[in-house]
Amino acid sequence: MKVIVPVKRVPDTAGEKKIDDGTMTVDRESVESVLCPVNEFAIEEAVRLKENQGAEVKVLLMGPESAQPVVRKALSYGLDSGLQITDEALAGSDAIGTAKVIAKALEGEEFDLVIFGNQSTDARTCVVPAAVAEILGLPSLTYARHLEVDGDKVVVHREHEEGWDVVESTLPAIVSVVEAINEPRYPSFKGIMAAKSKPLDVKSAGDIGVDTSQVGQDSAAAVLTSFEPRPPKEAGTIVEDDGSGTAASQLADWMASKKFV
Amino acid sequence: MAELLVLIDHSEGKPRKVSLQMLNAATQVAESAGDTVAAVWLGEGGADAAATLGAHGAAKLYTWDSADAHGYVTLPQVEALQQVLETSGAEVLFFSSSNHVKDVAARLAIRVDGGVITDATNVEVEGGKISATKEVFGGDLITRCTFADGKKQLVGVASNAFPVVETGGGAPEVVSVDVSLSEAAQASKVTSVEKQGGGDRPDIGEAAIVVSGGRGLGNEEGFQLIEQLADVLGAGVGASRAATDAGWYPHRFQIGQTGRTVSPTLYIGSGISGAIQHRAGMQTAQNIVAINKDAEAPIFQIADFGVVGDLYDVIPKLIEELEARKS
Ligand SMILES: Cc1cc2nc3c(=O)[nH]c(=O)nc-3n(C[C@H](O)[C@H](O)[C@H](O)COP(=O)(O)OP(=O)(O)OC[C@H]3O[C@@H](n4cnc5c(N)ncnc54)[C@H](O)[C@@H]3O)c2cc1C
Ligand SMILES: Nc1ncnc2c1ncn2[C@@H]1O[C@H](COP(=O)(O)O)[C@@H](O)[C@H]1O
Repeated sequence: MKVIVPVKRVPDTAGEKKIDDGTMTVDRESVESVLCPVNEFAIEEAVRLKENQGAEVKVLLMGPESAQPVVRKALSYGLDSGLQITDEALAGSDAIGTAKVIAKALEGEEFDLVIFGNQSTDARTCVVPAAVAEILGLPSLTYARHLEVDGDKVVVHREHEEGWDVVESTLPAIVSVVEAINEPRYPSFKGIMAAKSKPLDVKSAGDIGVDTSQVGQDSAAAVLTSFEPRPPKEAGTIVEDDGSGTAASQLADWMASKKFV
Repeated sequence: MAELLVLIDHSEGKPRKVSLQMLNAATQVAESAGDTVAAVWLGEGGADAAATLGAHGAAKLYTWDSADAHGYVTLPQVEALQQVLETSGAEVLFFSSSNHVKDVAARLAIRVDGGVITDATNVEVEGGKISATKEVFGGDLITRCTFADGKKQLVGVASNAFPVVETGGGAPEVVSVDVSLSEAAQASKVTSVEKQGGGDRPDIGEAAIVVSGGRGLGNEEGFQLIEQLADVLGAGVGASRAATDAGWYPHRFQIGQTGRTVSPTLYIGSGISGAIQHRAGMQTAQNIVAINKDAEAPIFQIADFGVVGDLYDVIPKLIEELEARKS
């Protein structure tokens, strides 16, 4: 079985981020960048398929050259090989543009299963996996909180607001996972060392047959027009509980004044 | 005059609250652009909901009255919407930003050459196109996005971003849609649906009040206290990731960057420090209350009312006080 895990480089949520005023895109060099934490759950699922079913796993990243450490990081969990798509022309792609590139890259690969994260932590669009599936004409079994592969059959529990749907399909298929699916392990020292020499292909948009007039910032369907930092919040009322119950009573008064009671 | 489509998100034959909120948003947008609002109901029961949808702004209702709409994964809804978009000539579709619906929009965008913006907290018309407000990077940045010319505009509206407003509109014109599904659309079957629900409590995405608990509860039993407080207020119950990771409360109640985004009128967080990943899911709440024994906890920076104290002292007294005020 062949599995591909697309991963994204994102700015660390806890770090400070800047958007470049000129290009209206994230100044990704200004913040600490990390492997999107949601992808760790996808990697863990892939590693389990490798351990239990002998799957061969490739990691796929679209992003600038400087994102290569993120591919190596993904490999350090024990994945087999990497493919990075890097091209100036791809900068500023929106989610649909990104999906077009990833779909093209996948067209050139053999796979039974592609395991995405359900979202990326930066823009949280949750659009890429299903859009890729649509382009490739494959099922999109997303938001998996449980995944079972048996021969050419796949069963997924798709999480939603009220519980989950049990769905089944045949391979090849596109899945995305939510963090409830597993507990990702940490890379081992051996894995980190081995990652340095795992095969990693770097290809340009042209190499995978992407029509660059269809992707990148100038062809984005959704366009960022402006942004501002969240305005600071006015300080609220803070009371200390001295054990007398006054604080709870003050809170109840405040709630009553706001008509919550 | 064009039609602005609103995909109605529904459960148990009733539109979810977000659907009525979207109709309100659509009504405002349609008014400024001289358009009309058409609701789209995929699945059984649309005709029964027609009056409600009309009263909230829908002039027309497209219904595909078929169990197939949700009997297979995503594609039946995509094919139905593609058909409605083509016959109506609509350029704009509003949808709810819930997990499974985002997938419908993503696949649809590829078919109809559209763009997708999800989780919009505001929508306006600018230069004849939708301009949407969206928070990114854990809520640190508030962005405005629009669509490139000629693209269909697929706009995911955030829950509780708009109020529910009755327009006093009458019954909408009901147009029944017949969809013959492709083979691909019937390839991935939904074999069962596991509904876990929150008991009688409202969904946290819809609730006016959300009461949530974190690691500070110390154990699973602590959530009984949180639930008790929630029930006094008719609130939904949420949790931090520390609490869901510990297995104290199910993951689908997690609030934050990798959980649900809630925007209630009142959020009460107890034993929650207020990490950025948690704030990403609740800081648009209109009022925030924090109960935490550490005066330095970051959640106090965004609290409208904070109590520095042990939640096991404060909450039982708060429940008493609230009950006294109710009677
Ligand atoms: C990729 C990623 C995604 C994440 N997504 C989410 C997410 O979606 N949602 C989320 O919530 N977190 C998320 N997190 C985790 C987040 O960073 C924090 O670790 C988490 O929110 C902490 O939960 P907590 O506030 O309950 O626990 P803690 O940070 O441990 O805080 C517990 C608080 O309880 C207080 N306390 C203890 N005892 C009492 C008492 N008796 N009475 C009153 N107060 C008490 C303490 O003073 C402390 O402030 C994510 C992290 C990452 C890396
Ligand atoms: N540039 C990228 N390269 C590879 N995978 C990506 C990229 N962007 C998004 N993805 C994948 O798509 C998932 C969903 O991302 P999104 O739709 O952006 O929220 C992520 O968890 C990744 O698995």
